[in-house]
Amino acid sequence: MYAYDEFDRAFLAERVAEFRDQVGRRLSGALSEDEFKPLRLMNGVYLQLHAYMLRIAIPYGTLNAAQLRRMAHVARVYDRGYGHFTTRQNIQFNWIKLEELPEAMAALAEVGVHGIQTSGNCIRNVTTDQWAAATPEECDDPRIWAEILRQYSTLHPEFTYLPRKFKIAVTAAGHDRAAIKVHDVGLRLHRNAAGELGFEVLVGGGLGRTPFVGKSIRDFLPARELLSYIEAIMRVYNQYGRRDNIYKARIKILVHEIGAEEFSKAVEAEWAAIRDGALHLTDEAIAEIRDRFIYPAFETRTDQPAELVDALADPRFATWHRNSVHTHKVPGYSIVTISLKPVGAPPGDATADQMDIIADLAERYGSSEIRVGHEQNLCLPHVAQKDLPALWAALDAAGLATPNVNLVNDIIACPGLDYCALANARAIPVAQEIAKRFADLDRARGVGRLHINISGCINACGHHHVGHIGILGVEKNGQEFYQITLGGRADEHAQLGTLLGPAVSYEQVPGLVEDVVDTYMELRAGPHELFIDTVARLGVEPFKERVYAAH
Amino acid sequence: MPLIEKGHIVEDSFVRVADDEALPEGASVLVGIDRFLTEAEALKARQAPVGVVWPNNRPIAEIAPHLGQLSLIALNFPSFRDGRAYSQARLLRERLGWQGPLRAIGNVLRDQFLLMERSGFDQIEAVKEADAEAFDEATHRYTVFYQPATDARPSLLRQRLGRTVPGVRS
Repeated sequence: MYAYDEFDRAFLAERVAEFRDQVGRRLSGALSEDEFKPLRLMNGVYLQLHAYMLRIAIPYGTLNAAQLRRMAHVARVYDRGYGHFTTRQNIQFNWIKLEELPEAMAALAEVGVHGIQTSGNCIRNVTTDQWAAATPEECDDPRIWAEILRQYSTLHPEFTYLPRKFKIAVTAAGHDRAAIKVHDVGLRLHRNAAGELGFEVLVGGGLGRTPFVGKSIRDFLPARELLSYIEAIMRVYNQYGRRDNIYKARIKILVHEIGAEEFSKAVEAEWAAIRDGALHLTDEAIAEIRDRFIYPAFETRTDQPAELVDALADPRFATWHRNSVHTHKVPGYSIVTISLKPVGAPPGDATADQMDIIADLAERYGSSEIRVGHEQNLCLPHVAQKDLPALWAALDAAGLATPNVNLVNDIIACPGLDYCALANARAIPVAQEIAKRFADLDRARGVGRLHINISGCINACGHHHVGHIGILGVEKNGQEFYQITLGGRADEHAQLGTLLGPAVSYEQVPGLVEDVVDTYMELRAGPHELFIDTVARLGVEPFKERVYAAH
Repeated sequence: MPLIEKGHIVEDSFVRVADDEALPEGASVLVGIDRFLTEAEALKARQAPVGVVWPNNRPIAEIAPHLGQLSLIALNFPSFRDGRAYSQARLLRERLGWQGPLRAIGNVLRDQFLLMERSGFDQIEAVKEADAEAFDEATHRYTVFYQPATDARPSLLRQRLGRTVPGVRS
């Protein structure tokens, strides 16, 4: 956990006071809606289909139990008893009244939680690996660097009115769980031959209506030069990014139009002028932020303790353990994923009661720490293996132990037409229906790892381009239709999916997905060839023939 | 429109002159970029001070050769949502060393005053009278700043770095 100091707390209180004043001026008419809109967006307040929505940042996906409990409180008092975890390590409350927003925000600010820069044309909540500081794969805790970026970008005077929103993701592990290649800036922390920490820097990735995989513009940026290099990128983008067309304003379009090489040259020239300036990070500055991260006091334990081995005799526990428990860097500990995808429920939703239960369990078994991943599941990063049976029993009783992590019914979906003013089609009911088709988890396990992503419009909040199976809702003559893509992925081998064929109707989607899965089961080289690898080997043609013959 | 200079509402001593208007004799003038470039020699010959409105879409580095003859630089906010002038302002102050008056014009609103100050503007032409009157409140809402910018406000990062970059604003 990062512990806020008095500085962070003072800033947050001042920000809440400022927003209270802005809401007051809006209600009195001193601010027009046009003038108010960017201000409320930069505090996480959207005007949605039915009501105002509040989007709260969970910086680099890390929460403590008190913070999660406060979110449960907000869900209960100001909303309808639940919250929705998004694909960007945020949580959204969909039913808050404008007059009550400052109250809800003040309640959250007391525990250091806020909606600052979760929307608007600014640098957004910086995201990273939900397994940070727990996985043996990483070379450093990526959250240190995400926190440095959070501080740097908070109310940045120069970069608060960019051409468009700006998303930065950081990974420090070889296996990328932060989808850095589909962000405006992706940072891959690694060590060079001399053992020094540095970043590979990618720019211009992103989804939306013009998807791109990011381009690498620097192999190794010494870590302490991170901020000056980011400032150089931001300054080039702020001056030269397009402002004539909202759909061409993201940095990916600038990088695409002038080319990664030209863009890189402009950045390097700007960087040369500022790299030795005030943004150069000293070891002391980095250490001070590093020291504000509190790590659990791990005890000396061994893997596979007797309590765990005994419990594995229970097939239900064993199934969950195989699916939802992952290797920790410390012997005797595990990382636990909590699926927020019970079959038939909206993906990523958690009720206030569930949030309270997870907060309690985190306190009892998980060093009070909870993580949020872009797959819309939660995670307890530090659980002693001997506690896994008791943790599972409590999760199971609360409907939070569905053993479907990374399976076909662990679906990522945006809120879609049920909530969102931008959507063309429903996403949640499509996810629910597909999940029901695979409700037999033995069947889902037989299929293996398969990521389905659903977006209700081309803005792609459900990241459909990078789903192994991507589903995009479109509107045709007032009716919902869905385009299907295969072969997308968001990891270190990120690529965009390939269109399978003509769009199909709402009713046809679940059956079509089943046909795609059945085709994979027939065509795969063996149980160890994942869906994504079969598609890579054979292309979409065999799937297309089979699926469209059936429909 | 009220003009705020270093926190106080002041009389504007510059006359904004359109490209096709005659230059008023002996007055300080603020002219557009086209006139400034095409009438460079004539403007140099004037005794009275000259200011220029530098456009957002022209690299600010190109102003360098003209700085010696300028008494005011104005940068435009065509909409308060268009932030190009923030980068131009910082480059003027930090890269090009401009120490003269730097004015924010256009769709300039209260909720952006602080960002403008921090980016190096010391003159702000507010759209709304009420905003101008609230200048002090608007620029003193925050006591803490996360990142170094052009102003002299100490930032957390600067404190952590153990040094303060002297602000260019006087």
